[in-house]
Amino acid sequence: MKSRHKKLALIGGALAVIGIIAALVLNALNSNIALYISPTDVAAGKAPQGKVFRIGGMVKEGSLQRQADGVTIAFVVTDTEKDITVNYKGILPDLFKEGKGVVAQGKMTPTGTFTANEVLAKHDENYMPPEAAKAVDDAQSRAANKHVSPSSGGQPKASY
Amino acid sequence: MKDRFNLYRFASPATFYPLAGAMIPYFAAISVVFGLAGLYLGMLVAPTDFQQGEGYRIIFIHVPASWMSMFIYLVMAFWAAIGLAFNTRLSGMMAQALAPTGALMAFLSLWTGALWGKPMWGAWWVWDARLTSELILLFLYIGYMALTAAIDDARRADKAGGLLLLVGVVNIPIIYFSVKWWNTLHQGSSVNLNKSSMAETMLWGMLLMAMCFWMYSIAVAFMRVRTIMLERERHTDWVKAELADKTAGDEK
Repeated sequence: MKSRHKKLALIGGALAVIGIIAALVLNALNSNIALYISPTDVAAGKAPQGKVFRIGGMVKEGSLQRQADGVTIAFVVTDTEKDITVNYKGILPDLFKEGKGVVAQGKMTPTGTFTANEVLAKHDENYMPPEAAKAVDDAQSRAANKHVSPSSGGQPKASY
Repeated sequence: MKDRFNLYRFASPATFYPLAGAMIPYFAAISVVFGLAGLYLGMLVAPTDFQQGEGYRIIFIHVPASWMSMFIYLVMAFWAAIGLAFNTRLSGMMAQALAPTGALMAFLSLWTGALWGKPMWGAWWVWDARLTSELILLFLYIGYMALTAAIDDARRADKAGGLLLLVGVVNIPIIYFSVKWWNTLHQGSSVNLNKSSMAETMLWGMLLMAMCFWMYSIAVAFMRVRTIMLERERHTDWVKAELADKTAGDEK
């Protein structure tokens, strides 16, 4: 084995060791690295008591309620399994919408609701023209309507 | 034999110096062509986005800059490994020549990301895994430049800097996979080898801009590496001859 091959092997070995150390450290810090926890985590008691933390999930369709003053709002964050009601007073980001992702920072109240002091919108990785998005939406609602009996009124979901 | 093609010949600064000089105009020209095509596609042809409207168009700078910031680091780490293992002079010079461009790309990525985050997410900055690891990448670039600048002996500076580069390379997969491994505010990647979740013209605009950034990076790295070569090898005959040619040319 030539000395340069030895050195190359040494570098490779060192990189592998550093990689393993990094993996172990990151694994140990896993819960600290996550930006938010889901409503299911909260229900499982993983939320810090009396401390500020972030929850994330989808804004449940039809759950958004605005007070008359326009800045006090309530909505439900869901991960499709568990729901949490979030109360917030402030300006919402433009992309905040029902059915879209949201990350809210705040505290749990004794009644089991969440009072947020910051609400951020989390958008997905899809980029497409509005016509394509509408086509996808229409196709989805057609597919959904097939499974719904006509008597339940199969009203197509408004898409815009 | 001088006539036989030998890749190792270009590992010598004396032969690489004129070669790099000859290639710079081509890389610069290709970069401009790709840049114009990419901006045309991205700004004028690509459709508006269904969620973000026109605001998403910052993606044509943000994503190519982020890609290049990670890629340049990998190239620097490659040169660092070659330099440490084979003790070649050119490797350290290449790593040093790339560092400022890499730092620029990381900074651009963070800056355009902040400008994009405020209107879309509602925050300039969040400490999520993707943003934080990219910030660490910027610090790695700055740390590398500071470390190599602080050591007077160029060869020792290359070795110390090379070690830093190799240790820091673990950060690159962390940046890339952060959006998969942890809950982040940053969305997942839109571009994947088998399926991309972007409209085709948007994707092409982004790829052209990435090519533009890539060619630009090569052109400026070559410019920088030529200066580093002259500086480090100023006592050698080939640099003296090079400089003598230049002064003779100027006097004409």
